[in-house]
Amino acid sequence: MDKPFAITLDPGSSLANKTGSWRTFKPVYLDRLPPCNNQCPAGEDIQGWLFHAESGNYEAAWRHLTRDNPFPAIMGRVCYHTCEGACNRGRVDEPVGINSVERFLGDEALKKGWKFAPPAAESGKHVLVVGAGPSGMSAAYQLRRLGHRVTVYEAGPMTGGMMRFGIPKYRLPREVLDAEMQRILDLGVTLKLDTKVDNLLAAMQAGGFDAAFLAVGAHIAKRAFIPAGDSARVLDAVAVLRSMENEDKPMLGRRVVVYGGGNTAIDVARTAKRLGAEPLIVYRRTRDKMPAHDFEVEEALQEGVMVKWLSTIKQAGGADGTSITIEKMELDANGHPQPTGELETLEADTLVLALGQDVDLGLLNGVPGLEIRDGTVQVDRNMMTGYAGIFAGGDMVPAERNVTVAIGHGKKAARNIDAWLRGGSYAPAPKHELAAFEKLNPWYYSDAPKTVRPMLDIIRRQSTFDEVQGGLDESNALFEARRCLSCGNCFECDNCYGVCPDNAVIKLGPGKRFQFNYDYCKGCGVCVSECPCGAIKMVAEDI
Amino acid sequence: MSHQEIKFYQTGTFTVGNRLLEPDQRSVQASMERTNSLNSGHRACQGCGEALGARYAIDAAMRATGNQLIAANATGCLEVFSTPYPETSWQVPWIHSLFGNTAAVATGIAAAMKIKRQKGDRRDVRVIAQGGDGGTTDIGFGCLSGMWERNDDVLYICYDNEAYMNTGVQRSSATPPAARTATTMPVGPEPGNVFGQGKNVPRIAMAHGIPYVATATVADLRDLEYKVTKAMSVRGARYIHIFVPCPLGWGAASHDTVKLARLAKESGLFPVFEAEYGEVTGVSKIRRPVPVEEYLKPQRRYAHLFGKQPHVETIAKIQAIADANIRRYGLLEAGAH
Ligand SMILES: Cc1cc2nc3c(=O)[nH]c(=O)nc-3n(C[C@H](O)[C@H](O)[C@H](O)COP(=O)(O)OP(=O)(O)OC[C@H]3O[C@@H](n4cnc5c(N)ncnc54)[C@H](O)[C@@H]3O)c2cc1C
Ligand SMILES: Cc1ncc(C[n+]2csc(CCOP(=O)(O)OP(=O)(O)O)c2C)c(N)n1
Ligand code: SF4
Ligand SMILES: [Mg+2]
Repeated sequence: MDKPFAITLDPGSSLANKTGSWRTFKPVYLDRLPPCNNQCPAGEDIQGWLFHAESGNYEAAWRHLTRDNPFPAIMGRVCYHTCEGACNRGRVDEPVGINSVERFLGDEALKKGWKFAPPAAESGKHVLVVGAGPSGMSAAYQLRRLGHRVTVYEAGPMTGGMMRFGIPKYRLPREVLDAEMQRILDLGVTLKLDTKVDNLLAAMQAGGFDAAFLAVGAHIAKRAFIPAGDSARVLDAVAVLRSMENEDKPMLGRRVVVYGGGNTAIDVARTAKRLGAEPLIVYRRTRDKMPAHDFEVEEALQEGVMVKWLSTIKQAGGADGTSITIEKMELDANGHPQPTGELETLEADTLVLALGQDVDLGLLNGVPGLEIRDGTVQVDRNMMTGYAGIFAGGDMVPAERNVTVAIGHGKKAARNIDAWLRGGSYAPAPKHELAAFEKLNPWYYSDAPKTVRPMLDIIRRQSTFDEVQGGLDESNALFEARRCLSCGNCFECDNCYGVCPDNAVIKLGPGKRFQFNYDYCKGCGVCVSECPCGAIKMVAEDI
Repeated sequence: MSHQEIKFYQTGTFTVGNRLLEPDQRSVQASMERTNSLNSGHRACQGCGEALGARYAIDAAMRATGNQLIAANATGCLEVFSTPYPETSWQVPWIHSLFGNTAAVATGIAAAMKIKRQKGDRRDVRVIAQGGDGGTTDIGFGCLSGMWERNDDVLYICYDNEAYMNTGVQRSSATPPAARTATTMPVGPEPGNVFGQGKNVPRIAMAHGIPYVATATVADLRDLEYKVTKAMSVRGARYIHIFVPCPLGWGAASHDTVKLARLAKESGLFPVFEAEYGEVTGVSKIRRPVPVEEYLKPQRRYAHLFGKQPHVETIAKIQAIADANIRRYGLLEAGAH
């Protein structure tokens, strides 16, 4: 008998009075969809993996993350992290540094040598993946984990696609790329390098494949008609960047003019700078209209890349091939650039065109039922092309062109291929309602400004290909993870358990969350108002 | 302020608990073993701040005394909703006194416990007296002042919901200016309660020079627990005044109870501080300054101040009260606006 002082008998307890009968509304626990997860093109459960990182269990965090994306170390460097733009914490102080924590987890996994678990059972099916870029390798990974035999045909001499032959080393060190690719191969994925697929149906038949996922990217540089003298040296940006991976570095000369305003233009200009040239970007419209991300433009400017906005190239290769003529533009009432007739001549040893890429669809010749529009292959909701069993994703289908989207396509296609091979169709879990900022009670989060990642000093950024952006260490990665508000998902702060005036919340213990005791809950709703993360809502009782 | 700040764990010291905290950093309310001194099944209204405040305070006192505690309780909602015959919600030895004499009853119990100890009882049983603002600032005030003046070994806790709620929301000397109650109707040139001197019981307690005086709200659990725990570590007369919103009497939504307590503190209308032997020794700074309107508006007892023609002057007078508190207790961090 563990009774307090002076109590010997059980009094008639008020527990006999079931106040739950007063209720007209009742609180229920729910998981809402955090805006970061909702935004992520790869479908990562960001809040879910941050939850593990918050407790310092980095391996659990990494395993949770890699259910959706096998490349956290790459992601943590090249992903454009639109999740951070959607992050609710941005409304409190600054968004959570999701990308920097992801990189920390990715690097930690490489350091510790964490491996993926092999599939539990073999399906006996064999899937062909064409292209070892992010989309193809993401699909290969997911398919392998689902128990399928996977063979990847890659035209080039190495894996990575545009991540290797486009994205420069100073943003993505090749050891990182190699290691994350190798880890997928270690799962038992077969890779055939220098194997270009010219005729898909023939290749599928020859290899006895049950389905195929195509992810050949977009590698054919777009040209613009620019009158050029014989001696003009005109190159395309992707070719320049690709040649950076070879022994012989591109010969660019001193004065390099880059034409275009996208990320590729920026990368090629920054590369030229590092090779000792003086790069100048020429772009038709204004800075805010540049398709390149502003942080990349900013970094390029810091490194000494020059930009001429509101300018087009009229003529390349002057008399001696060392000049170009540009024309000033002005924006009309609709914001479109219009020529002004005002010309200027600039010195230029090389003109590099960075005007985007088209898809090489040659391998699809003779495949019936396909729909090609604007040079891209149309796919349905399940990433399947018009030919049953052939799926496609990444840069070759109509979508935003970036690594994260490509990885998301690979995952989605893999799930659908798996379902298709098993004779069914893949039904994604229904989306939870959004954990909008208005559902949170931000009072409870203490002030914690974002951790800034270190940047390489400017001199080394101008002259070497060393990685520009540094990573977080254990202590600040943990801090950054803990800045997560856990939008829409209980993180066991005990608030509901504490604030209930009726003691009608049952605490189930660590990791088990809470439960309402509806015998006594009067339905006041204080728990809903005081839940920091919006993981409870009121629903009407049917009376 | 006074209680131990927890280093950043997403939520600092603001939430009840957090799975990442060391057990010794968790609040009493976060514990699966808390005593639930005021148990489920009580008949307080939905969202009652008084029921919440009482469980917070008595659970903390139980933890601080190793469950060696007796509580005396004045008439008022807290008594009526917790002990309708033949049931009780109390899981603590508890005695009902009258409306006005709780302090004296507690004094008597404390004296009896002292004699028992002198006669060899090794248990150190501590005593709490508790009541509403009516029972404290009005009818029980003589007994309370005597208890302080004699420095009796009692912690007196006042649950301040700013009116006589149990009997139908009549004005008390703790009812704030302009508030509507059943006896201060919103009619005439100065609707609602008068702008008077009021009766600031925490300051009167300080004037008695007793060892410990503190104010708290149900919006800052850790601060409240810290103060109750500290009070139980001290001998002699102690007084804690807890601000407890009353959804029924204030005409507020039941889910806004904690929010209103928070706004009362953040606007400066209810200063949260502690004092030892008559000197203020700590104040809870305002974290997110808000104008008084934000606190007043959700409450129907102030509805007559808003509507089509807002009583700007009256609201300004209430703001002036908040501003005076902010100055007197230094409630703003240096640099805060
Ligand atoms: C300079 C540059 C910088 C970029 N920077 C970023 C960035 O920072 N962040 C970001 O998210 N995105 C960036 N992108 C975009 C990103 O690289 C692409 O969107 C992404 O790589 C597309 O992935 P994918 O798998 O669809 O195609 P790819 O990465 O292009 O891979 C396709 C692969 O298929 C192979 N292949 C092609 N045809 C055949 C065939 N017939 N048979 C066999 N194999 C074939 C190719 O050799 C290649 O390896 C950048 C792009 C460029 C050009
Ligand atoms: C001597 C005496 N007068 C009047 C009453 C009626 N009465 C009971 S509770 C109460 C008001 C209680 O107000 P307060 O102390 O503020 O507590 P609350 O109900 O607001 O919590 C009154 C007037 C009484 N019980 N005894
Ligand atoms: S009237 Fe007010 S104090 Fe009384 S039980 Fe209801 S909410 Fe609580
Ligand atoms: Mg009262």
